[in-house]
Formats: sequence, C-alpha cells, structure tokens
Amino acid sequence: MDSRSSDQAATVLGAPLRQTTRDALKIVITGGFAVGKTTLVGAVSEIRPLSTEEIMTEAGVGIDDPGRVPDKRTTTVAFDFGRISLNEQQVLYLFGAPGQERFWFLWDQLFSGSLGAVVLVDTRRIQESWYAIDRLEHHRMPFVVAVNRFGDGGPALAEIRDALDLDDSVPLIECDARRRDSAKDVLITLVRHLTRLREIVETTS
Amino acid sequence: MTRRAIDREDPDRLYTVTGGRSRAPEGALDLVALVVAEDEPAPGMQSEHARILQLCRRSPVAVVELSAALTLPVTVVKILLADLLDAGRITLRHPSSTPGPAQLPDLDTLKQVLLGLQKL
Repeated sequence: MDSRSSDQAATVLGAPLRQTTRDALKIVITGGFAVGKTTLVGAVSEIRPLSTEEIMTEAGVGIDDPGRVPDKRTTTVAFDFGRISLNEQQVLYLFGAPGQERFWFLWDQLFSGSLGAVVLVDTRRIQESWYAIDRLEHHRMPFVVAVNRFGDGGPALAEIRDALDLDDSVPLIECDARRRDSAKDVLITLVRHLTRLREIVETTS
Repeated sequence: MTRRAIDREDPDRLYTVTGGRSRAPEGALDLVALVVAEDEPAPGMQSEHARILQLCRRSPVAVVELSAALTLPVTVVKILLADLLDAGRITLRHPSSTPGPAQLPDLDTLKQVLLGLQKL
C-alpha cells in the first residue's frame, strides 16, 4: 500500500459518516486549471479533501493531449472531493471537477443527480471558464459563478459578466476560496438560486 | 495533475484486481451510493474485497471514498462492489436524486441543504 492510500484510508476511517446517513447529495465545483477548486472544497469540507481517479474512456483518450506518444498503459484522471454532513440522514459531497475538454467523459458521472454547480473563475484566465459554462448550459445544469479574487484588484463584476457573456439570471459573486465563510457563502448562493428556480417551476406548473 | 500513481503502476494490477473485467456492470452505481458491510471479511477472500468490508464495517462509506481509500479507479471499485453485492456481503443506500441530467431538486431537499450549510 502506498502512503497516499494509507493516508486516505485513515481519513475515511478517522472521520466516518454517521451510521444513520442514508442519502448523499452532490454539488460540483468546476473551472479552469488551478483556479482553486480543491481549495474551496477544503475550506468547507469536514474531511481533508480526498483524491481519486477514474479510468479515461476511449473517447477521452482520443482528445487527451494529441502531442503525446500514446502509451498502452491505463490512462486515468484525478479528481478531488470533500463532504459536509448536513444532518442525521443527509451528507453533501463536493466534487472538484476539471473543466477542460479532455475531462468531459468524467462529467456525466459527476453531474448525474447533482444539485447544481459552481464555476470558479480566475480573472487572469477568464477564457478558461468559457468551456465549463458552455458545457453546463448544454447539460442544463443550474450554476452560479464565483470569482476567486487572488488579492486586490482585477476587473469589476459587470466587466466579468460581459466577458463571460453570462445571462443576468445567473448569480455572479466574488469569493476567497481559502476562507471558510466565503466558500460557505458561495454554496449558499447556489442553493438559494436553485430554490428560486424550483419555485418558478412550481408556480408555473 | 492527470498523472497519478496508478499510471506508473503495472497495468496488470488492475487486470488482476478485477479478474480481467474492465467495465462496471449495467445500471452502474452512483459515485455517492453508500456502502454498508453486512458481513465480516472471510479467510481466503480477495484482499480488495476484504478491505472494502473492513472500511464499511462501522459506518456507511460512499463509493468514491472507497475508491480514494483503496487508490483504485472508481470503475474498478464498482466492479468489486458488484461482486460483494451479488454475494450478499454488502447493502447499498442509493441517493434519492434522480440519476441523469439536471432535474431541479425538490424544495424540502434544498431547505435541508441550506440549513446544513448555515450551520457551518
């Protein structure tokens, strides 16, 4: 057993779910490379974020870095997650999902049955968020956008909304993914957004 | 970030662990389905099966947490879980959400999530 395995097994055994837990929910945090997805997960998770892997499907392998010499070994991609026990029965899992095209194949699994998504944006690399937003719209997955401010400055939210071509109905907020209260606010913003959307559905049906 | 320990491993390990199977069974398990052990590990049992039963002995453990603890890809863990399920050694607590593409969660679920987050 390697050290990561024993570390992670210790985390799983050391912070077990309540015995009464019956229902696990999901929220996905996506965005460009190194935008702070795992940091945000870690800021609110009751366990140190865990990392795991999934085997890349053939479709995924085809678009995985075309410059590489293909090897015959199993290709996997890693993703991180954490969790928050909500009450005696329910636990919320938070997944950090890479937004780039080559991770597509993972999205179906991560988003299946998910409550909604958070797109984390780094204003220095706004274009990296376009793809994630496009995919979420395609999947009809409700989402909010959180701008991870690294220090002061950067463009105003209105400019970012323009740059992302984001509909006015999609909440856009600032956050500091390192801070628990800030990360918590991001998730609460998403849940409130989902509640509004649900209320609209219920009043119009 | 996409290359982890498993890529440097002998791919034969995965082949051996799953007995050559590479696809999870139909009606695949959700990543957050909760696994509960109903039995103790038995002598002579494949070590990965025994590890899963140990990990899920006291409390339910999500599929994805088993994958992290065993450092095995999710698909491989699902194959191992199907074996244990067939043998009646585990039970599952499936998520209440509807699998598949986006469907807005009901208001009661959203209220529970909001309350849970506000307590953080």
